[in-house]
Amino acid sequence: MSNVINSERIPNNVGLSDDKRLQRALEEWQPNYLKWWNEMGPEGFQHDDIFLRTAISVDSDGWANFGHVKMPDYRWGIFLADAVKERTIGFGDNMGQPVWQQVPGEHRNALRRLIVTQGDTEPASVEQQRLLGQSCPSVYDLRNLFQVNVEEGRHLWAMVYLLHSYFGRDGREEAEALLERRSGDVDKPRILGAFNEPCTDWLSFFMFTFFTDRDGKFQLLALAESAFDPLSRTTRFMLTEEAHHMFVGETGILRVCDRTAQVMKESGKDHPDDLRKLGVIDFGTMQRYLNLWYSLSLDLFGSEVSSNAASFFANGLKGRAKEEQYEDHRALEGVYTIDRFAEGRWSRDDIPLRNAMNEVLRDAYVDDCQRGVDKWNRTIASHGIPVELKLPSRKFHRHVGANANLPIDVGGNVITDAAFVEKHDAWLPSAADKAFVQNLMTAPVYDPKQMANWIGAPKQGIKGRPVDFEYVRREG
Amino acid sequence: MADVHQNAAPIRFETSPERYRHWKLDFPSEYERKVARLTLDVQDNGGLRQGYSLKLNSYDLSVDIELADALSRIRFEHPEVRAIVFVSGKDRIFSAGANIYMLGLSSHTFKVNFCKFTNETRLYLEQMSAESGIASLAALNGTASGGGYELAIACDEIVLSDDGSSAVSLPEVPLLGVLPGTGGLTRLVDKRKVRRDYADVFSSLAEGVRGKRAVEWGVVDESPSRAQFQQAVELRLKAMVGRSTAQTRPSIKLTPIDGDYHEAGTRYRYVTLSVDAARRVASLTIRTPDNREPTTPAELAAKGAEAWLVRAFRELDDALLDLRFNYANVAAIEVRAEGQGENVLQAEGILIDHASDPLVREVTHLIRRVLKRYDNTARSLFALVDDKSAFAGLLFELALGADRTYMLDASGVSLRVSPMSAGLFPMATNLSRIQAHFYGDPSRAATSLAETSSIDTARARELGLVTFTPDELDWEDEVRMAFEERASLSPDALTGMEANLRFVGPETMETKIFGRLSAWQNWIFQRPNATGQKGALTLYGKPERPEFDFTRT
Repeated sequence: MSNVINSERIPNNVGLSDDKRLQRALEEWQPNYLKWWNEMGPEGFQHDDIFLRTAISVDSDGWANFGHVKMPDYRWGIFLADAVKERTIGFGDNMGQPVWQQVPGEHRNALRRLIVTQGDTEPASVEQQRLLGQSCPSVYDLRNLFQVNVEEGRHLWAMVYLLHSYFGRDGREEAEALLERRSGDVDKPRILGAFNEPCTDWLSFFMFTFFTDRDGKFQLLALAESAFDPLSRTTRFMLTEEAHHMFVGETGILRVCDRTAQVMKESGKDHPDDLRKLGVIDFGTMQRYLNLWYSLSLDLFGSEVSSNAASFFANGLKGRAKEEQYEDHRALEGVYTIDRFAEGRWSRDDIPLRNAMNEVLRDAYVDDCQRGVDKWNRTIASHGIPVELKLPSRKFHRHVGANANLPIDVGGNVITDAAFVEKHDAWLPSAADKAFVQNLMTAPVYDPKQMANWIGAPKQGIKGRPVDFEYVRREG
Repeated sequence: MADVHQNAAPIRFETSPERYRHWKLDFPSEYERKVARLTLDVQDNGGLRQGYSLKLNSYDLSVDIELADALSRIRFEHPEVRAIVFVSGKDRIFSAGANIYMLGLSSHTFKVNFCKFTNETRLYLEQMSAESGIASLAALNGTASGGGYELAIACDEIVLSDDGSSAVSLPEVPLLGVLPGTGGLTRLVDKRKVRRDYADVFSSLAEGVRGKRAVEWGVVDESPSRAQFQQAVELRLKAMVGRSTAQTRPSIKLTPIDGDYHEAGTRYRYVTLSVDAARRVASLTIRTPDNREPTTPAELAAKGAEAWLVRAFRELDDALLDLRFNYANVAAIEVRAEGQGENVLQAEGILIDHASDPLVREVTHLIRRVLKRYDNTARSLFALVDDKSAFAGLLFELALGADRTYMLDASGVSLRVSPMSAGLFPMATNLSRIQAHFYGDPSRAATSLAETSSIDTARARELGLVTFTPDELDWEDEVRMAFEERASLSPDALTGMEANLRFVGPETMETKIFGRLSAWQNWIFQRPNATGQKGALTLYGKPERPEFDFTRT
């Protein structure tokens, strides 16, 4: 086996040592991956020692090994969650039949597309976040950013493993293409819209990890139900890592809320300009960033009415999150009612449940988001500040689906185009908001003892280490 | 719809004159045995299936199987024949065409394959004239309607008795709400060059035309009185014999090929058809000769039907028909060639070295016809070239004719292009398969034809001769998925797609028959106006009148 493609360098539980096909594919792909990481990964920190979690097996001891490591030396591994014995297909037309260990030719293209679409988001987010290290609010946060980044890299490996092992030459070409597209690139953009949006400040980063990574969580939950067992097993393991990313987002925003509310209480001020002068982020700005990232992330679920979603479900390729909670796994009978705006008024349309599977998944996502927002509001309230962050209507600021590009306010009402333009800066980050946030974060905090003024300290450090631990050892 | 073919015994295509029930083949002495006389005398109750009676010399597949056999035997077993005459063994009726009740009792799939087979046989008759100088005459001593007239129009000449009642007609449109499905419309205008306004009238006139008008419109060549009918026929036949370009050659007895038919396929000496019903995939393997094959016409005559060139392709022909009629659910075919490629090159050498020899030419025509049958087989054809393969020369035509070719990228895997691909076996379009393959870039066909040694996978990829070249690590999975994917697609859409892509290039009468005519016919067959409860085909012979949905498309 080669010096690079071996089970020491690439921890795995997929039998890499005996899998000539996978070895061959990785031998070509891995150098290009490293090249991509060095070009598009975190800028300016590739030679530093970062306190990172590395998965070396899937058991409880193995999946979270901590230690200082230089990111390019990170051991990106390939893991499948343990096989479920005699697992059968849990939904759709093939329900009850044994799950597939190989890709059925019939579903090859659809599965490949699902995997490529999921896989594309992983490197995209690394690209979006590559400059954030230069404005970090603390070393603790800097380390979390890199943890998210290397794990998104590993999730790319997970999807590439599937492409390499089950999709032949087409799969290898798709795996290469995953390294060729670039977030925000005009000529070769990433596949999904939200992954081409700039994410150049830490407020956006926290919003992204809370809202956009949460879309990832729900996509992974739906894919974990797949009849294609290797996809199910790989996504189940990815979910354990994804939880940390959402933790970063949820606690990040929570700490920002905590700090702002604290300053408001101490200073007795509540006007945004005053708060900005005090060096914290006012809740209006936070609400506008929330509105932006929430609506961008809602788009990722696709159209409310989707024949693709119906066929993915019918064929057993992609289920609903936690499918076992439902009673009817065939979903042939039910309907789902959606609101549609046409010819000047709203109508309620019943569509077959299978065609509404994107919307069903979006429902679960919205509920999950609300739980996080409630926590933020409790923190704000604990300071006695009478402000609440709110999820806007899911019809607001959409670019995909039934309400795409309609002038709809945060309450879900259709307004005029002119009214929308007028209110834009009240609902979405304005140029001034962005400039303020960027300015606030100009100076990075590389001293482990320090924390930027605009964010509260976390309650605890990582893996029993103190908050001011040297999570990132800068070289020289 | 009722389907008399469902659960019935498989249909077999091998027969011989002593077993014919509907045709008599003889060689009248008045023409010094230079004329083969085919007398159609259909046994009413001698059809392939129960449930219909073949009255008025109407036919079903069993009648056409005998006709196809007779034509082959004339070519190989009766080299002295210079012309063919079709006559009726019944009084005042030549043939009423395909039996309508049989069609009504048949599934759509069967109807389509039945029409395709009868079309292939009609074209075979025309090829005998064009290729071997054996012209044919329809001596219509009674009415020829529908498929009866379509048999006549496939002949070079038609003589219709002017007896006040005998007519030729294509009554399908006015009586049955369908098309004449055996090339009648195409041949009226493309072959006989009947003016298209007359053809329009003729094709919508149930009783057809008789005598003088039939001659005026050009739907027959001559319409003598009853008294002069026989003499007119004789004159024409003698003229045909006189101008025949057919050459003397040895006779070859078409011995039985004796396929070992079983539930999941057939094993012949050189061909194996093996059907995987669960996957809906069949593999069709053709093996190369084991030993040295004839290199001279004399050796070929001595070996006769046992020569590999004859036997292997007769077996392939039978296997293709077996697939079409007896394995309707098979979606895709793995086309394989196995053995020693060198042996193919040795065996095929005679086709070039002795190309002008009349017996060699007959063998070439046989192979040409079988390859056309292959082109016209409505199943996905994927050729698989691996380390056991021998796609050399003539057998490489099977890969060129396939919808895709997968070639294993490994050492020792090769294929071989030979002059066999340079036009000896034209498709229905008159293009060679390699011309069709490289339709956009003829120079690439020339480059490939210039490759005189064996071609490895890298070179085949470079030349563009194959579609995909997975290596050993990918091969099994890639091929498995290709077939699984294919088998999951709509069979109707695949049939249409493949037929459109295979026959790239110019139209000929043949492509029009299998493309335009058949496609329209198969559409009409599916429409309620023909086969719905009140459809014209459904209600034929019943007291009710059809009810049409008069919407024009």
